[in-house]
Amino acid sequence: MTSVPLDDLAPSSTHDYRRPRGLAAMFHDGAILTWRNLVSLPRTPELVLFTLIQPVMFVVLFNYVFGGSIGQSLPPGVSYAQFLIPGIMVQTIVFGTSATSVGLAEDLQKGLVDRFRSLPIARSAVLSGRIVADTVRLSMVALVLIVVGYVVGFRFEGGLLWGAVMIGFSVAFGFAMSWIMANIGMRVKDPETANTAGFVWLFPLTFLSSVFVPVATMPGWLQPIARNNPVTLVSNLLRELSILGRPAVGTVLPVVLWIIGLTAVFAPMAVNRYRKV
Amino acid sequence: MTTIIEVEDLRKDFGPTRALDGVSLEVEQGTVLGLLGPNGAGKTTTVRVLATLLAPTGGTARVAGFDVRTQPDKVRSIIGLTGQYAAVDEKLTGHENLWMVGRLLGMSKRQAHERAEHLLERFRLSDAGDRQVRTYSGGMRRRVDLAVSLVGRPSVLFLDEPTTGLDPVSRLELWEVARELVADGTTVLLTTQYLEEADELADRIVVIDRGKVIAEGTADELKDRTGGRTLEVVVARRDQVGRAQEVLCGLAPPEGVRTDPAARTVAMPVDHDTALAAEAISALTAAEVEIEDFHLNRPSLDDVFLALTGHAAETGEHHDPGEEHGRRFHGPLPGGADELLTDRKAR
Repeated sequence: MTSVPLDDLAPSSTHDYRRPRGLAAMFHDGAILTWRNLVSLPRTPELVLFTLIQPVMFVVLFNYVFGGSIGQSLPPGVSYAQFLIPGIMVQTIVFGTSATSVGLAEDLQKGLVDRFRSLPIARSAVLSGRIVADTVRLSMVALVLIVVGYVVGFRFEGGLLWGAVMIGFSVAFGFAMSWIMANIGMRVKDPETANTAGFVWLFPLTFLSSVFVPVATMPGWLQPIARNNPVTLVSNLLRELSILGRPAVGTVLPVVLWIIGLTAVFAPMAVNRYRKV
Repeated sequence: MTTIIEVEDLRKDFGPTRALDGVSLEVEQGTVLGLLGPNGAGKTTTVRVLATLLAPTGGTARVAGFDVRTQPDKVRSIIGLTGQYAAVDEKLTGHENLWMVGRLLGMSKRQAHERAEHLLERFRLSDAGDRQVRTYSGGMRRRVDLAVSLVGRPSVLFLDEPTTGLDPVSRLELWEVARELVADGTTVLLTTQYLEEADELADRIVVIDRGKVIAEGTADELKDRTGGRTLEVVVARRDQVGRAQEVLCGLAPPEGVRTDPAARTVAMPVDHDTALAAEAISALTAAEVEIEDFHLNRPSLDDVFLALTGHAAETGEHHDPGEEHGRRFHGPLPGGADELLTDRKAR
């Protein structure tokens, strides 16, 4: 390759490089934008802080403040730490997905999405780059939680392999939820609003579930809601995987269906939305 | 000359709002077209359609022969876009921003790195290249943004209000780069609400207002439409403004003579008669009026805009530094442009 003169800004329609085509282009462009989002991650102190501190705080507060009273309503032989860590993992990951909406809204507001859309790149790249990077971030959150969990007494009773499966399911659920957040981010187009809109509904979603307490301790009218909450379904699956090490089909299937269903509905919706922003 | 941008009867509706109401324009390769108009005239909408960011409601738009609607990827591979906001990732460094776009365009890692280094050096950002863009000044952000849009060596560059909010020095720099690009053969479509900017850069100007083209031509042609030149005299002593006015009223129809005691200026229309201007200066000197300065002013594009649209071009951005900067080129207008514009409107 001949070196370009420094002051050479001249237009050129012939290039000594070529863009990949078709499916290869989707992976190529998605990978570059994933890189972009991952490189920015450690440069966003509030996100790192939120990602690391918040789960630690929740584990410590819930385990030591509520652990004593809630522990009594758990099945014999199950410690509150054993019960709590899988639940908090789901809760933290669900909350963590709201960064997807904020990130996309920021890119829209700052004109970065316009920049990417004016380049001859795959239409899916901005979304896939965002979601893949966010999924990596969520995996890190899950690992941090396991470490904190081990400090307060949580153990993979069923073995490390099932532990890995447990982390896999929690991250897969986060992936599916990220697509909802992507839709929110592209609709509100303003990072502050995206933060609020992405966040508020997560409180009822995660608290009306078995994340912190067994559903059986809730008032009777609330129990059906809590029991069918996908967050409960995922929490229960994670508990089966970490405590028993052998999930029942009846616990796995609804979670798989939720993950596929959420992605099948919200991913195409987000891609469609992206074309029109 | 080949036409590189062809827009015909372009229409764009946003719900009930008609943003573009049949815009037609052409840009020759290697020239600068200034798209001039107030806020909300449809400038940015036109650029967004041409940059394939918005689908038009009707009409056609072609860039280098490619239809923006049916061949968007072809269009995207030959255009560069620099918008009103610096569209760069603040958390990435300048180098990373350039590298990323190079990679997206299909460059190898090394090619993208070399291109990034070249552009950083060219835009005097080498020292800041490894710093996150969020630490950059406003002028540096615009430079890196412009550099990013040049990574793929676009044949057509859209500059959408590139100097809005920039300080005068950065503005001059950006103009300089734009001129170099054009000298190298790039075609530029520049939108601006600064009349001065269109005057400085554009080979041809298309004036749009409320989604319609209301005039087009060179800056000179547009100025010629609003009539002739004005002699402006700055009187050294405020108590002599009245006397200067009397002298000039003796030489020209009194209703054409304007005075601004605060700015100590007196102005009279001289059209193309430079002898009349000389005569006026002599008469003032004979009347012992102390003259500090005088100029022959052609009508500014402000005047043109007012004549064409019936309303002033500025829309609430009176304190923009660039505007004051712009006025310096034509010398002070008597009483400030705004007052002059309202004067004319009243008449």
